[in-house]
Amino acid sequence: MKFSKEHEWVKLEGDTAIIGITDYAAHQLGDIVFVELPNKGSKLEVNKVFGTIESVKTVSDVFAPMTGEVIEVNDELDANPALVNEDPTGNGWIVKIKVSNPNEYDQLLDEAAYKAICE
Amino acid sequence: MTEPLLFELDTKGRRGYALPKLDVPTVDPADHIPTKFLRKQLDMPSLSELETVRHFTRLSRMNHSVDIGFYPLGSCTMKYNPKVNENIARLPGFANIHPYQNADSVQGALKLLKTTEQYLAELTGMDAITLQPAAGAQGEMTGLLIIKAYHNKKGNNKKKILIPDSGHGTNPASCTMVGYEVVNIKSDDRGCIDIADLKANIAPDVAGLMITNPNTLGLFDENIGELATLVHSVDGLLYYDGANFNAIMGWTRPGDMGFDVVHLNLHKTFSTPHGGGGPGSGPVGVKAHLKEFLPTPRIVEKNNTYSFEDQNNDTIGAVLGSFGNFSVIVKALAYIMYSGKEGLKDASAYAVLNANYMMKKLKDTYYVPYDRFCKHEFVISGKTLAKQGVKTLDVAKRLLDFGYHSPTIYFPLIVEEAMMFEPTETESKDTLDSFIEVMEKIAKEAVENPDLLKNAPISTPVRRLDEATAARKPDINFYQKP
Amino acid sequence: MSTYIPHTTAELQEMLNVIGVKTIDELFAEIPQKLRLNKDLNIPSGMSELEMTRKLTSLSEMNKTVDKNVCFLGGGAYDHIIPAAIDHLLLRGDFFTAYTPYQPEVSQGTLQCIYEYQSLICSLTGMDQTNASLYEGATANVEAIKMAQAQTGRKKVILFDTINPAYRRVIKTINGAQETEIVTLGFEDGVSDLTKLSQAIDDKTAAVLVQYPNFFGCIEDIENIAKIAHEAGALCIVCANPISLALLEAPGNLGADIVTGEGQPLGVPLSFGGPYIGFLAAKKALLRKMPGRIVGKTLDLDGKQGFVLTLQAREQHIRREKAGSNICSNQALVALNTTIYMALMGAEGLKEVALHSFQKAHYMKSELAKLENVTIPFTCSFFHELVIKVPNADSVLKKMEEKGIFAGIALEKYYPNLKDCILIAITEKRTKSEIDDYCKYLGEAIK
Repeated sequence: MKFSKEHEWVKLEGDTAIIGITDYAAHQLGDIVFVELPNKGSKLEVNKVFGTIESVKTVSDVFAPMTGEVIEVNDELDANPALVNEDPTGNGWIVKIKVSNPNEYDQLLDEAAYKAICE
Repeated sequence: MTEPLLFELDTKGRRGYALPKLDVPTVDPADHIPTKFLRKQLDMPSLSELETVRHFTRLSRMNHSVDIGFYPLGSCTMKYNPKVNENIARLPGFANIHPYQNADSVQGALKLLKTTEQYLAELTGMDAITLQPAAGAQGEMTGLLIIKAYHNKKGNNKKKILIPDSGHGTNPASCTMVGYEVVNIKSDDRGCIDIADLKANIAPDVAGLMITNPNTLGLFDENIGELATLVHSVDGLLYYDGANFNAIMGWTRPGDMGFDVVHLNLHKTFSTPHGGGGPGSGPVGVKAHLKEFLPTPRIVEKNNTYSFEDQNNDTIGAVLGSFGNFSVIVKALAYIMYSGKEGLKDASAYAVLNANYMMKKLKDTYYVPYDRFCKHEFVISGKTLAKQGVKTLDVAKRLLDFGYHSPTIYFPLIVEEAMMFEPTETESKDTLDSFIEVMEKIAKEAVENPDLLKNAPISTPVRRLDEATAARKPDINFYQKP
Repeated sequence: MSTYIPHTTAELQEMLNVIGVKTIDELFAEIPQKLRLNKDLNIPSGMSELEMTRKLTSLSEMNKTVDKNVCFLGGGAYDHIIPAAIDHLLLRGDFFTAYTPYQPEVSQGTLQCIYEYQSLICSLTGMDQTNASLYEGATANVEAIKMAQAQTGRKKVILFDTINPAYRRVIKTINGAQETEIVTLGFEDGVSDLTKLSQAIDDKTAAVLVQYPNFFGCIEDIENIAKIAHEAGALCIVCANPISLALLEAPGNLGADIVTGEGQPLGVPLSFGGPYIGFLAAKKALLRKMPGRIVGKTLDLDGKQGFVLTLQAREQHIRREKAGSNICSNQALVALNTTIYMALMGAEGLKEVALHSFQKAHYMKSELAKLENVTIPFTCSFFHELVIKVPNADSVLKKMEEKGIFAGIALEKYYPNLKDCILIAITEKRTKSEIDDYCKYLGEAIK
């Protein structure tokens, strides 16, 4: 798993990337009440906003850590946005994309480097 | 203490009001209106008049209000709302006139509006006022539309409005409404606009600078003259957000500081009641070079006769379906007339006195990030309480247990754990002293018994509410359960 | 010094000592001298409560009121009966001297009232959800158009000539400033021309806006308008008179996606145009596009029922420049006013208000039809407003006013092709004898 400076995580499985927000980000946001998801088939562009996450008193943009086409979105977040708080790197995933440029993965931070920017 | 919902008090067959007997020959609606357009079902509770009166009376007792106690909510100017103004707004000659009556039949109302315009122009140092905008946010949008119309008429397609990072959230939202891009300007270590950052962002495509002065930290920006010159040098216009006008009334005027457009909040500075969140009124004033863009109709006076004028090609149009929130304007004029020129100046003087007194007294107990004279409000930070795991929110909630309303919290965004207090001039020294004592007590509690704060409030009609569930599974309509 | 400022001289001195200054002036020291107002304001000196009251009372007496005259004016603001209990409740300081319910623990009164308001408006309009209210009717339509644009990602809006001209003006000013293409279509026999709608609508259209009943009082075929809108992927916004909805089918049951309107008829005084209240209700799918405050029901720490402002992350104080609207306040006290009105009236009372208005308007139409030289240009179904045509409308209106009757709104200013036409509104408050007098004096005025 790798991380972006904007607090997203990515798991790369073949040419599929699973994307969510980090434990740190979920904690900072507090009680998450709504996740605005992109449509299946839409294109994500690296470092561009692709959705928003609302907590009780704040709203935060979600940035694409990699470029690609959305092949699946986590529909369960509609009914249960709290999943992002409870299990941000597991059941609280946000989208799966088919990556267009696997090299972008190498540009992302490893766990140690990410931890360093959170401190 | 909970009060049943209206819908839970429903007893079919009960009536709360009776109409006069129908005195005309009747027709069958079904003969005149196609059946598909006739209502099949209407759900509404049935209550007697007494049940209705008790329901709302009991609900009213679950509110904090200015009439009950101190309400130091920063940037909201919760001053006393004089009772007599309510009587005046309810005079039949003001309450019972229709907006489509012809001008001859509403000369008193038009004269009242014109007089209010003149007084507000004098207070702000502007050349013309529109009373049309219904609230501060609408005043902002109106002012920005005027700025846009000014640049468009000159053929300048400007794109940006500069806003300091201490600005109210409405400012950037209003810019978006009229199609302007927002550029945030940093604050310096004195809490004012960082001139260097402003200079770096001054460019020919800047349509204007939108500021509150004193700003949301309650601090007066003494560089305002230089700021004005800078913005005007690229033909940008200066917008004055009048949210904090209660700090300077009669002492200095936006028009004299170099502002081109200003909005006021009659429900703040001019004592009209906040009504639980409205109605307000947000008049906009402009300098002469922007007069032609004001919304229409305008009220004009000729030989002591008042009429409407709406022949004006450059007007931005209309921002409200009527001339403004008339009865709010009536109350504001009553306040101005009662206070007079001396009373208005005093209002700002004592608002500033009260704020400085409170800040000085609280300084020993709480962290004051900008330690200089404030105007009508000031900001302290709750960050020193973090050691005990206590947050600003907890202090705010604990104040409720002592019968006070909380300050504005977590705003402005540039102060960590911010608490913003605005005492207003109508509070006595005794009230301030009692409140300060409670603030000191709470600071002590935070050290000795932080749980008292974290669990607060305990004496209010309800305790802390589950806002997360409220937002996740919104229950916002009784007739449709989530 | 104004009595609203309580400080005694001794207290002032003590406070200055604590602050460490000699005079209040020193607290204003940072305002540069050249920017100071170094003169008196050109505003009269303060006066006593009695003097001020007398001055303003005499100003108020220069106005002709709807109490001393008989009001047949409508066009969005109506002279309905207002139950006496309402104002007594509105004058409770606990309501009107509170602010926005930022601290819900001490604002349950305001919050619960708004929840009740929201529920009643949903019931009346046949919609799933609404907000805590907006400024007034015109701006409610502005916000509805923005919602439709955000939802569809389209810019064009189609509206009809039969919509209140004051609303259309505000739409042009505000939505027009946001690159909205506004297409206005004409009418046929007092109602919107659906053929023209079918021709004008396309895949760039975000919404079709229709008024129900429309500015002329006529009942529009909102069901078919909604169908045409939906076929093109556009939303249907219906701007409705709330009183009429006790008699007329709820727009929500006829295909409307958003229902807006002016809430003044629900027991709010005329007050020369304001403050009034705009309502905006919508179907569930539009929840996150809704502007303004929304109150939701929840539980407190002890499991007790309570109310909070909810879904706040949509709003300007959080989203700043990314917010869908700059609206902060609602018209809380006016929302309370309409809620008390609906509570007192109940479903039966509200139906009677609508039905009596309808009956009286139809009686009046039949009486007017008996007059020579009066024509009724539209044959469509109507609620409680109708258009008549008389010789020389302006002079007729003037003569009627001399008889103490506000006889209607001359339409030529808004519709040049409706020269000499007058829009008349008839509420349940009008009596048979007032209507008969109207017809008698009108007959004399046009002789």
